Amino acid sequence: MTRINLTVDGAKVADDVEPRMLLVQYLREKLGKTGTVVGCDTSNCGACTVHLDGTSVKSCNVLAVQADGSEVTTIEGLAATYDGGDLHPMQEAFRECHGLQCGYCTPGMIMQSVAFLKENPKPTEEEIRVGIEGNLCRCTGYHNIVRAVQLASGQGDHQSAGASTVGVPAEEATS
Amino acid sequence: MIPTQFDYLAPTTVEEALSALATHGDDAKILAGGQSLLPVLRMRLNAPEMVIDLGRIESLRGIRDDGDAIVIGAMTPHSVVGKDPLVKEHALLIHKAVEHLADEQIRHRGTFGGALAHADPAGDLGAPALALDASFVIAGPGGTRTVPAAEFFVDLFETAIGEDELLTEVRVPKHTGWGAHYEKFVRVAHQWPIVAVAATVKGSAGSLEDVKIGLTNMGSTPLRAKATEDALRGGGDLATAAQLADQDTNPPSDLNGEASYRRHLAKVLTRRAVTAASGG
Ligand SMILES: Cc1cc2nc3c(=O)[nH]c(=O)nc-3n(C[C@H](O)[C@H](O)[C@H](O)COP(=O)(O)OP(=O)(O)OC[C@H]3O[C@@H](n4cnc5c(N)ncnc54)[C@H](O)[C@@H]3O)c2cc1C
Ligand code: FES
Ligand code: FES
Repeated sequence: MTRINLTVDGAKVADDVEPRMLLVQYLREKLGKTGTVVGCDTSNCGACTVHLDGTSVKSCNVLAVQADGSEVTTIEGLAATYDGGDLHPMQEAFRECHGLQCGYCTPGMIMQSVAFLKENPKPTEEEIRVGIEGNLCRCTGYHNIVRAVQLASGQGDHQSAGASTVGVPAEEATS
Repeated sequence: MIPTQFDYLAPTTVEEALSALATHGDDAKILAGGQSLLPVLRMRLNAPEMVIDLGRIESLRGIRDDGDAIVIGAMTPHSVVGKDPLVKEHALLIHKAVEHLADEQIRHRGTFGGALAHADPAGDLGAPALALDASFVIAGPGGTRTVPAAEFFVDLFETAIGEDELLTEVRVPKHTGWGAHYEKFVRVAHQWPIVAVAATVKGSAGSLEDVKIGLTNMGSTPLRAKATEDALRGGGDLATAAQLADQDTNPPSDLNGEASYRRHLAKVLTRRAVTAASGG
C-alpha cells in the first residue's frame, strides 16, 4: 500500500492504495465518483477523461499513485469551478445543442472539450474535431457535440445546432 | 482489466532511480508517462514486480538550448514539446510529428523519452529523431554515454538502453531554417501510422541544398530513405527519387496492410512529405 494525498473536486482526500490501482478506479470505487465512466480497455475512448492539475488525461491510463499531490477535477466537480450557476457553460451547451444521445461518452467529452477550449479558446470546426479525437461517441455522429463546443466558445448559436441542420457544413449551419 | 500487483518507487533523482534499478534488476520496469506501459500492464502482457516512476524527477523535464543542439529531457510531455518555441525553430520536424501523435489527453501524459525508449516501430518520433541525427544520452551505473540514433534503435521494442540504464535526454542537432513535414497515413483518428514519412529539407523546391528522410513502420526500427536522399542530393527529380524510398526496407504485413502496400505508400508519402517540406 502507498499513501496518497490529493484534492478531488475541491476536497482534500488521503488514502492507502495499491500501486496498481488506476486513477479511474480510485475515483469510482474509493470516492464513489461514478460520474467518470469507463468505456474501453485500451485507452482509446476517452470516456474516463478528467483534469489532472488543469490538463485533460484519460484516468484509466494513470495510476492513482501518480496523482499523489495533484488536483483532480471530475465531471462532478466541473460546475463548481465556474461560479455562474448549476452547470458549467460546456454542460449548458451540450444540453442546448443536444450534444448527446445515450450520454455514456458525455462526461469525457465535456471534460476534454473544457480542457481543449482552455488551450484554444476560438477554434475552427476542424480544430474542434481534432481536439476531441481522443473521445469516441457511438451515437451522435459528433455533429451536435461539435456544435456544443462551438456554442460554448461563443461561436455559433444553438438554433443552428438543431436536428434540422444535421449534415449541413459548418459554414452554412452557423451563418 | 487491472495490472497484477507490483511495488512502487518514485525516486526524485536520477541517481536514486539508477540504484533502484540496480537493486531490482529485471524484475523492475521504468514508468514514464505510462501511456504505453499501463495498457501493457493492464492487458497483463507484462507483470513487473517493481515499477520505478520517473515522474518525480524534475531534472528529466524541459527543453534547453545547448549551442549547436537543443536538448529535450526524457520526461518532457509530448504536449510541451509540441508547443516549445526552441523545438519549432530548430527541429521543426519534431514539432510536426508531435502534432499528429495520439490525441490530446495522451499527449498531456506521454513523454518524449518514453515514446523513443518504447521503440514501437509504428511510433511517430523514431523516424524524425533518426532523420535529424539525434543522439541519446543514457545514464547507467558506470556514468553517462551518448548513442547516435542510428545505433539506438536495435529491433522491435528494443533499444540500446540496458536493463540497468535509463534514457535521460535527447540531443537534437539544430536544423534551423530547414523546412519539415511529417506525412502520416492512418486508417482512423488518433492511431499509429500504417506508414509515415518524416522529411526535412534545406533550401526550397528547385534548389534543394540537403534533405533527410525518415520512415515509420517500414521495418522493425525507424529507417532512413537513403537512396532517395542520395538521388535528391545528386540533383535528381523528386518523382523519380521517391520511387527509391522503399529500398532496403522490410515492412511488415498485418491487418492494416500487406508489405507490398506499405512499399507503395512509402513512395507516395515520401513524394508528398518532401514536396510539403520544401514549401511545394
Ligand atoms: C490511445 C493511444 C494512442 C496512441 N497513439 C500514438 C501514436 O499515434 N503515435 C505514437 O507514436 N504513439 C502513440 N501512443 C503512445 C504514446 O506516444 C506514448 O506516450 C509513448 O509511446 C510512451 O511514452 P510514455 O512516456 O507514456 O512511456 P511509458 O508508457 O511510461 O513507457 C514506455 C516504455 O519505455 C520505457 N521507458 C520510458 N521512459 C524510459 C526512460 N527514460 N529510460 C528507459 N526506459 C524508459 C518503459 O519502461 C516502457 O517499457 C498512443 C498511446 C495511446 C494509449
Ligand atoms: S476508459 Fe479510459 S479511454 Fe476508454
Ligand atoms: S452519446 Fe452515446 S456514446 Fe456518445
